[in-house]
Amino acid sequence: MTTNTKTVIASNRFGFGAKPGDLSRIGTSPREWLQRQIERPAGLSANRADLKSSREAVQSFLSLRDKKREKDVSAGVIRMARSMRPVYMDFVMARSIQAIQSPSPFYERLVHFWSNHFAVSADKPQMLGLVGTLEFEAIRPHVNGRFSEMLMAVEKHPATLTYLDNFQSIGPNSLIARHAGKRKRERKFGINENLAREILELHTLGVNGGYSQTDVTNFAKVITGWTYGGVFKNRADRGKAGEFVFNELMHEPGSQRVMNRSYTHKGIKQGEAVLRDLANHEQTAAHLAGKLARHFISDTPSSESIGKLSQAYLQSDGHLPTVYSTLIGLDEVWDLTFSKYKTPNDYVYSVFRTLNFIPETPEQIAGPLSVLGQAPFRSGSPAGWPDTATDWTGGEALFKRVEFAVSVADKVGNRIDPLALSELILGQTLSEQTRQSLSRAESGQQGLALLFASPEFQRR
Amino acid sequence: MIKRRDFLKHSVAASALFGLQSRLAFARAQTDSRFVFVLLRGAMDGLAAVPAYADSAYRKQRGSLAIAKPGSVNGALDMDGFFGLHPSLPELHRMYQQKEVIVAHAVASSYRERSHFDAQKQLENGTGCPLGAKDGWLNRALTNLSGSSMDAIALSQNIPLVLHGDAKVNSWSPAVLPEADSDTLARIARMYERDDFFFEQFESALKTRAMAGEPDKSGMTGRRMGRGKQSMDAFVRASGRFLQDEDGPRIAVLESNGWDTHANQGAHTGQLANKFSQLDANLALLKKELGKVWENTVVVVVSEFGRTVAVNGSNGSDHGTAGAAFILGGAVNGGRVVADWPGLGNSNLYQRRDLKPTLDVRAIFKSVLHDHLQISTKVLNKTVFPDSDRVTGLRDIIIA
Repeated sequence: MTTNTKTVIASNRFGFGAKPGDLSRIGTSPREWLQRQIERPAGLSANRADLKSSREAVQSFLSLRDKKREKDVSAGVIRMARSMRPVYMDFVMARSIQAIQSPSPFYERLVHFWSNHFAVSADKPQMLGLVGTLEFEAIRPHVNGRFSEMLMAVEKHPATLTYLDNFQSIGPNSLIARHAGKRKRERKFGINENLAREILELHTLGVNGGYSQTDVTNFAKVITGWTYGGVFKNRADRGKAGEFVFNELMHEPGSQRVMNRSYTHKGIKQGEAVLRDLANHEQTAAHLAGKLARHFISDTPSSESIGKLSQAYLQSDGHLPTVYSTLIGLDEVWDLTFSKYKTPNDYVYSVFRTLNFIPETPEQIAGPLSVLGQAPFRSGSPAGWPDTATDWTGGEALFKRVEFAVSVADKVGNRIDPLALSELILGQTLSEQTRQSLSRAESGQQGLALLFASPEFQRR
Repeated sequence: MIKRRDFLKHSVAASALFGLQSRLAFARAQTDSRFVFVLLRGAMDGLAAVPAYADSAYRKQRGSLAIAKPGSVNGALDMDGFFGLHPSLPELHRMYQQKEVIVAHAVASSYRERSHFDAQKQLENGTGCPLGAKDGWLNRALTNLSGSSMDAIALSQNIPLVLHGDAKVNSWSPAVLPEADSDTLARIARMYERDDFFFEQFESALKTRAMAGEPDKSGMTGRRMGRGKQSMDAFVRASGRFLQDEDGPRIAVLESNGWDTHANQGAHTGQLANKFSQLDANLALLKKELGKVWENTVVVVVSEFGRTVAVNGSNGSDHGTAGAAFILGGAVNGGRVVADWPGLGNSNLYQRRDLKPTLDVRAIFKSVLHDHLQISTKVLNKTVFPDSDRVTGLRDIIIA
């Protein structure tokens, strides 16, 4: 395989596609180019001060919640959505600018990968303002750290605690529940096992990771009290409004058994110990290795590649940069070309990167992404977006991509020579069929539409 | 009914197809039977949809989620003196009274863990385990029809697992972008000629768009591009159009998300009640849109599993096991509840927390495929639902 093809693989499979100039910058050392991004990623272009914090987002929905109680519920929901929408859009804009402009596109892809691994979704109005904060506060700072640190940050984050309902999960023998019991209050207190289950199933061990319903229930008890300030409006509240707090009044006392280990720790230490053990579990290593391989290599990566990634993870105690270095050192990575069908997210960003188009409004990005089926921060499920070609097939899905390609080309007009552009972003990798189609196009505009619709452009 | 060739004249997608000289029509359907599969993702609370109000343990077990008895304010809509329907399902109840609905209760697939995603995989692949097959049972049913051919359409952009497989399947969702010109579309089709993955999808899209005729923006009213999810109405209306077309698909799959009510589920009002209202309106709309072919239609509504019998700590319910399913349509011999009721007392529950399953959901699928679409028991047991011999279909679900 020629160097040229490897250069295209580096920018395309590991990034959001090349923008003109990228291929010559990568030159003859694509692996080194990727390695540099792991070691020294470029920073954020957006000003962090412009982005709301999760604390502010929680505070605003708590205050709206309190107002809403008084009268019409649906009006309150609409008001909440309206006030949160600009916050949501700020995050869409910030991550888009990173994806389109960053000189470290591999790093940005890793951010998207982990953000999707720990997916929260703007399905409920109170999540609108929160979804983006998880990526910027808990994912981004740990992409180049240890998995256990990222895991800890995510499970304590208000976005996760809200989306997976843990903020109001209360131990049946906790102080709050016992106190309420004495006073024969109507409200029943109990655990909500949603977060515990998804940590085991999605975040760490994986669905066949060997846990039982008892493990789920016990783990849910372990993390009772993991919440944030402002949940209660009385003396039971702890911490500062909108900030993570361990509320001991909600916590189920006593030791718990999870995955054949007893956890006798008190308070928050109990949950932290379980999370650390889960992060170091070999099922977690296998689960993460498989996901990374399917994301960056192909829909059916070899078990050898997965094994090597898993080994790297276990031997380095979940040190992610070590795992990434192993990934870009795998032969399979450089032997396969165009082995992945781009998701709409990858596709839209690669179109805009090719054109070096910086959106003026977040709607210019959120619009096409949602039409193509992957609205930002809205996977609709804690499992995140699916990652293989079969999940994204469908005549209508392809047709909408084609319509998007045509409408973008219409806006660009005739000023670009599509064949020359194709060489700048895909080198010599176009098939004869595609090359001919581009060269016979009746206008530059039509040629550009064909380039964006071509099989090579839609794969990575 | 609009004849397809009439709107072919003004459909851009159709003229692109002519340029391709492709096989134009959907495979000519040999049957008048229609089947609509509706999948509610997220685990619909079967005990909320179909309260067993006369079970002596019902009220105590459900606590704040309980629905009042029929006849009381906001009470359940009675069906048979034991089961009712949620008060937000009045249209479904009306159809029940017209004997067009069979309600099945204590239903589950053979999956016994509590992951949404694995449960959905197993429900859709039709085998005994989540990774039991890469294709879906409805697609395998399509490839095994003897002596007739049938097309299916997914009312979604991407094709759900239940329709993945060897039989070519179409998909449709409302057009939102400006239509591309037919010359460009024809060139794109030619560019795809040597790439099966792209060519087959593109050809199917051109055909489907041609059949759908003029772009339907009805799902987009009042909605800016990129905002929220499209309402299900447009998909339901489109199913009606496709299934009415004499050369169109005979099978349609609709999906609905957002049934995972872990918190603030509500009882006769609230989050889940709103979902039921939407579902109810959509089922009524489907009946209306299907017009005359409703008489030949069976609709099956299922979810991947049910929810805990008891309320959890956040006024919601957690992942459970058995739930409820609906079989409705003009062809259905309805007006009854099918349930081998396990009871709601603590000792009757599955793992002391969930409604115990007493009916395998494949029994429903098998009886529809056999009695309505004439697929042989042999094919059903061998290919469509492998190793399911002991799961026998329900009796007399179709009007004789």
